[in-house]
Amino acid sequence: MTGGSGPYEAVIGLEVHVELATVTKMFCGCPNAFGAEPNTLVCPTCLGLPGSLPVLNRAVVDLALRFGAALGFRVPETSIFARKNYFYPDMPKDYQISQYEEPILVDGRLEVDGAVVGIERAHLEEDTGKIIHVGGGGRIHDAACSLVDYNRAGVPLMEIVSRPDLRSADQARAYVSELRAVLEALGVSDVKMEEGSLRIDANVSVRRAGSTVLGTKVEIKNMNSLRSLGRAVDHEVHRQVALLEAGGSVTQETRHWDEEGGVTQPMRTKEASHDYRYFPEPDLVPLAPTPERLGRVTAALPELPAARRARLRREWGIGEADARTLVGRRDLADYAEAAVAAGAPGAAVANWCTGEILSHLNETGVSAEVLPLAPDGLAELVALVGDGTLSRPLAKDVLAECLREPKRPRQVVAERGLAQVSDEEELGAIVDEVLTRHAAEVEAYRGGDDKTRKRKRGFLMGECMRATRGRGNPQVLSRLLDERLA
Amino acid sequence: MSGPGVAEIAASVRNGGRTARDVVEEHLARIASRDPELGSFLCVTAEAARARADEIDDLVGRGRDPGPLAGVPVALKDNLCTRGVPTTCASRILEGWRPPYDATVVERLLLAGAVPVGKTNLDEFAMGSSTENSAFGPTRNPLDPSRVPGGSSGGSAAAVAAGLVPVALGSDTGGSVRQPASLCGVVGVKPTYGRVSRFGLVAFASSLDQIGPITRTVDDAALALEAIWGHDPRDATSVPGRPEPLGADGEPGGPVPAEVAGLRMGIIEELTTMEGVAPSVRRAVTDAAAALEHAGAKVDTAAVPHARHALSAYYLIAPAEASSNLARYDGVRYGLRVDAPSTEEMNARTRAAGFGPEVKRRIMLGTYALSAGYYDAYYGRAQRVRTLLIRDFDAAYGCFDVLLAPTSPTVAFPLGSRTDDVLAMYGSDRCTIPSNLAGHPAVSVPWGRGEDDLPVGVQVLAPALGEAVMFRVAKVIEEAAP
Repeated sequence: MTGGSGPYEAVIGLEVHVELATVTKMFCGCPNAFGAEPNTLVCPTCLGLPGSLPVLNRAVVDLALRFGAALGFRVPETSIFARKNYFYPDMPKDYQISQYEEPILVDGRLEVDGAVVGIERAHLEEDTGKIIHVGGGGRIHDAACSLVDYNRAGVPLMEIVSRPDLRSADQARAYVSELRAVLEALGVSDVKMEEGSLRIDANVSVRRAGSTVLGTKVEIKNMNSLRSLGRAVDHEVHRQVALLEAGGSVTQETRHWDEEGGVTQPMRTKEASHDYRYFPEPDLVPLAPTPERLGRVTAALPELPAARRARLRREWGIGEADARTLVGRRDLADYAEAAVAAGAPGAAVANWCTGEILSHLNETGVSAEVLPLAPDGLAELVALVGDGTLSRPLAKDVLAECLREPKRPRQVVAERGLAQVSDEEELGAIVDEVLTRHAAEVEAYRGGDDKTRKRKRGFLMGECMRATRGRGNPQVLSRLLDERLA
Repeated sequence: MSGPGVAEIAASVRNGGRTARDVVEEHLARIASRDPELGSFLCVTAEAARARADEIDDLVGRGRDPGPLAGVPVALKDNLCTRGVPTTCASRILEGWRPPYDATVVERLLLAGAVPVGKTNLDEFAMGSSTENSAFGPTRNPLDPSRVPGGSSGGSAAAVAAGLVPVALGSDTGGSVRQPASLCGVVGVKPTYGRVSRFGLVAFASSLDQIGPITRTVDDAALALEAIWGHDPRDATSVPGRPEPLGADGEPGGPVPAEVAGLRMGIIEELTTMEGVAPSVRRAVTDAAAALEHAGAKVDTAAVPHARHALSAYYLIAPAEASSNLARYDGVRYGLRVDAPSTEEMNARTRAAGFGPEVKRRIMLGTYALSAGYYDAYYGRAQRVRTLLIRDFDAAYGCFDVLLAPTSPTVAFPLGSRTDDVLAMYGSDRCTIPSNLAGHPAVSVPWGRGEDDLPVGVQVLAPALGEAVMFRVAKVIEEAAP
């Protein structure tokens, strides 16, 4: 980042909120689920009814400890919950049970593209409900009324607070992307930004390159995708540099990312300045995980994304980009590994998985776990290509059908008579027929310059393939055609 | 002041000597005749009580045992949640709210065969020492209706003292079971913090609140406590494990043994000699101590120096927690709502209309004590005092098995006499607050009459989970009382 009077450096820290993938909520037995009818996943405790009390879900602690063990956090001997007090209709108790001065995890780190990003702390807290503004433009200002859905109230959240170690919007995105992969691999969170199970706030400041003093920071809220994180941080960095260049100064404030306008806007000070009156939550006892419990968590740690990428590159001979794409989605990587376990070569599987299959998953929004084509079906398809039964274009058609309905590739090949023809006699006859039908083109080929010959050959090859209805083995056809044209 | 006690009723219903229905009718009749004057009940659930009594009788008829509290009418302080029955905390803000669930103590009472007959009056959200802070009018002391019954569990204490029920539950955050028990001449127990589940008790100050029974005898209190105590997975602060029964030879349900021989007892100097303790009250403590000595105990003077600062610490910690606990009464989900153009305004108008002056005072006090910049000076400092007080108690219990002190510094005072003097009212709890701050058990036992022939109570304090020894001492005091 360069201003008119010299280079600037961006200093970025991120607060990432993730919903933990528990079966039940943080302090009651209600299901932790998305998409149910409003106010159906509630009980006296998560509604904060008078007399109700919170009881901590052990699974919440275990997930946090697993994350902590994976990222090298220190687990203090005891940590405590605190009440964060403020009035808001989506909070049943008008305070949020959170952790303040003594979080469950401190001092972790995550390696992102070779750089180590420090993580100051990760703490546990409960989610709030959701307000739906009805009437008008669906915004609070002109709504006829506001309704509250408390299904999300009491869902466990972990807030992961990085150190200000990030230096660009790209690096911020890469950090979140890696963090997501880790959280997913650990089974700690579903990390679905579109369902709100991963939310990000960014703290952004700028300073002269080489300076060690931190500039005034601005907090940005409301970024709901990796893309908007990148855009918002970029915009904010430019805004701050422009301010400083114009001789002004940055105001410490909270700004709201306006996705449509592509700008950050100051939030009303009323929303940004709270005295939360934190104090220790008297309804809960301190958390003191035993060494045995920590040991169990560490022993059960699954392979982390970085290690998995390295292994797939080594075992399958694929590149870093493919490995990153595969491991970026745990369901996809699991699917690919299952296909390889069923006997297919890794490179070919990776090719299909990062191409057609990933596109299909993205378009349909489903998980690889529920594809109609099981991983051994993909292995079957790879084998059909490998033994020459299917050309790559035909294989694509077969795959498309197998992703639409539960059919095995061999079944589709049989039903549609798609098996590739490699028989030289049969193909030779077809080539002869094509050459006879297009005698003029053959003449033009023979008398033409290099450019013309190339064009005419391509035309004739296409005609041959068409005559086989796409089933001709391209290598064999190509050789037979060249023999006859020579 | 009459009527059969808990043990007597349960025994006769269990052995078929008397029907639960008969017992309940007798008590409903007493309530109907006496309570219009006293105002101890906010709600009498007569029909449900009759139906429940018939169920108990049906069980007995089929040869089944309905439990240790078979057919015993019980009154519940109206900050205990009762399924489908209004639970108001004596506040306008909860008027009309019916909890969808029973408090753990209510479930356990039902399981033991008890028959809830109604909800009793209290100071709004249990904040007060006279039951005059109820939004639905004060309760009067059955021994002198011009006097207060104490508070905040004044309705429960008055109902037991007047013989309207043999047992009532109260909640004790700073003395709210023991002080009214003392003023009404009955027994009131505050168990160890965590001994009785708080699930379903509408919170005032979560780290201090504890539910306890009010009865006319020590044995009845033991029976009631044994029915409601013990671990509850729905309360994270609940003490794990099974409590040691209170009866002789560690048997539940049996009479508490009057045995104190060899026990070491300390009279808490700071609480007994402090200014404002009435002569009759001071004398009651020393007389009770003498009786205990006569029964074989060793009595001396004990020092708990930080007890002097307990009141100040309490009035920061309790309001701080209350300010947070009472935030949820915002008009959004249940109870009162005063509509307004914006949510913030609706919250403010609802709370302004729904809370009484004492509740507002404590919410403001507590909000201030927790505010940025004041936290360390107020809430933080109060917590340090609490730690020092606990150390004092630990040291004292190194030398003594139990401690003795007054319960209330005075006998029951006239209605209206302290309503304009907040500090005088707060002072009513000076001797009871230390046990709440420490989380220790304590019991108030009647010891004769004091000024104006009104009852006096003596307080027995024990270390955490020391209920068994505490009850034995209480039993000896009860037997020796004039």
